[in-house]
Amino acid sequence: MSVKLLLAKAHVEGIRGFDVYRREGGYQSVEKALKQMNPESIVEEVKKSGLRGRGGAGFPAGMKWSFIAKPEGVPRHLVCNADESEPGTFKDRYLMEFIPHLLIEGLIVSSFALGSNDTYIYIRGEYAWIVDILEDAINEAKANGFLGKNILGTGFDCEIHVQRGAGAYICGEETALIESLEGKRGNPRIKPPFPAIQGVWQRPTVVNNVETLAAVVPIINMGGEEYAKIGVGKSTGTKLISACGNINKPGVYEIDMTISVEDFIYSDEYCGGIANGKKLKACIPGGSSVPILPANLLLKTAKGETRYMNYESLSDGGFASGSMMGSGGFIVLDEDQCIVRNTLSLARFYRHESCGQCSPCREGTGWMEKILHNIEYGKGKISDIDLLWDIQRKIEGNTICPLGDAAAWPVAAAIRHFRDEFEWHVNNPLEAQEKNYGLAHYADPIHVPVTA
Amino acid sequence: MVKFSEEQLTEFNRLVARYPEGKQKSALLPVLHLAQDSFGGWLSSETMDYVAELLQITPIEVYEVATFYSMYNTKPVGKYMFEVCQTGPCMLRGSDDIIAYIEKTLGIQPGQTTADGLFTLKTVECLGACGYAPMMQLGKHYREHLTKEKVDAIIDECKKNAGVLN
Repeated sequence: MSVKLLLAKAHVEGIRGFDVYRREGGYQSVEKALKQMNPESIVEEVKKSGLRGRGGAGFPAGMKWSFIAKPEGVPRHLVCNADESEPGTFKDRYLMEFIPHLLIEGLIVSSFALGSNDTYIYIRGEYAWIVDILEDAINEAKANGFLGKNILGTGFDCEIHVQRGAGAYICGEETALIESLEGKRGNPRIKPPFPAIQGVWQRPTVVNNVETLAAVVPIINMGGEEYAKIGVGKSTGTKLISACGNINKPGVYEIDMTISVEDFIYSDEYCGGIANGKKLKACIPGGSSVPILPANLLLKTAKGETRYMNYESLSDGGFASGSMMGSGGFIVLDEDQCIVRNTLSLARFYRHESCGQCSPCREGTGWMEKILHNIEYGKGKISDIDLLWDIQRKIEGNTICPLGDAAAWPVAAAIRHFRDEFEWHVNNPLEAQEKNYGLAHYADPIHVPVTA
Repeated sequence: MVKFSEEQLTEFNRLVARYPEGKQKSALLPVLHLAQDSFGGWLSSETMDYVAELLQITPIEVYEVATFYSMYNTKPVGKYMFEVCQTGPCMLRGSDDIIAYIEKTLGIQPGQTTADGLFTLKTVECLGACGYAPMMQLGKHYREHLTKEKVDAIIDECKKNAGVLN
């Protein structure tokens, strides 16, 4: 059983309410931070903790905080990114729905550290019922003196506002989120200037993911150094993983990043194995944007070593033979799944979600969807596979924001590892309408070159 | 004529008060949600012009936002909208079959509304319920772990609520 820092109390009866949350030790980090610490020392603790952004990019949170500009007389803002939209990811929803006060507590401490008197939670519009849960939690915190004017008599004022989005994946990108918060289309901005200098309303702004801000609570309670002892290497603390697809126990799990991928999939504590007694074919371990891996490369690295559920191990081998931790959206595909169809579904998603600002992404995502559609429905040509490869190469790195990369990577990885399945579709158009390519050789042991 | 009630205006004022002086445009997304909920589940150009006037911005600023975000309906929709997720993780758990079943049962394709104006089917991209797939959004809430039987029950429930089935 690994350490649980965020969800340990998530199932205590009544924890959604302030009284139970407080009785269980809630809001201690606010008392400690506001009464015994100053903003600089809080940032220092977060730096020491090694906490990396939990939204997907994995950028060190303490360092991001230290970039915020502090011009005289200009208000600063903290914005919580609750736009969770990466396919496969539903961890922030779980945290907000079951233990909302943990996020509010983290937000108060973080707002104090950054000097934000008006903090915003930007939540995806579809999570409409969670808006009510969060607003109830905010009102309770306020009624108990943890929000509003002169919090705990320390002179610090803070309000938290919940802003609903309206259905746009791109608003999870921080500058698009800021545009949306200003009441505009979610078109990402060109950086620089970075939000830390000019963010919402041209004011210095920090945007952090829900889980990142919730993790500030245990960091302040236990100290950054203690937090950094959990986990391994630069993967410190705990990580929420939302597991889905063809597994027995889909759901949200908190892991300490020392567990192997194999244990995570097959142990009863987590995914409980592949559903219906099927075999594992492939997995997208960090949300739809990260490279898909066949079973053999998922469980072991190209060097034949065990792969673990952490930032370093999941990316071992780079894109040639590895993937990424990403947002922690763990999507499992069993032997009956078709890689072409899955890739087509994701390509359609990115075409739908492209904001349209940059030509390579706006046009390229549409072309990729059309070509994949042809291959899936028996109208593909062998040259289409190379064409797909060419298009994704021309999107990657050529757009204002990372949505272009996010659209390119799933297509690239599918071709890289499953090219023979694409070729089979093209060469057997009728058969491919009737049945799937199946597990094929994707779970076979990988030949590991012996080095002297 | 489109006009918020006193109660809706109070909510409008609460939304606008969350932003700094002069930045009332920031309230546009929440106000459009309020307007859509208040005026029949969609945003007519009259509604959008009214929102522009209330927020003291130009109508084009409202149109460009209303057409960008997938949750705003710029055409009339049925009383109940089934927004069924079709993205990868839901597809792995059989969302294609659920969509086909709804199409057959209601006799409509995605984007269409039944002749009685009761149901609209809309396919949507990932709603963050991947572990509880297949799923749909119905109003403010999610309906998860969908099966054909559950879809039947939801349709009956909607008909009952609308008073066409006892």
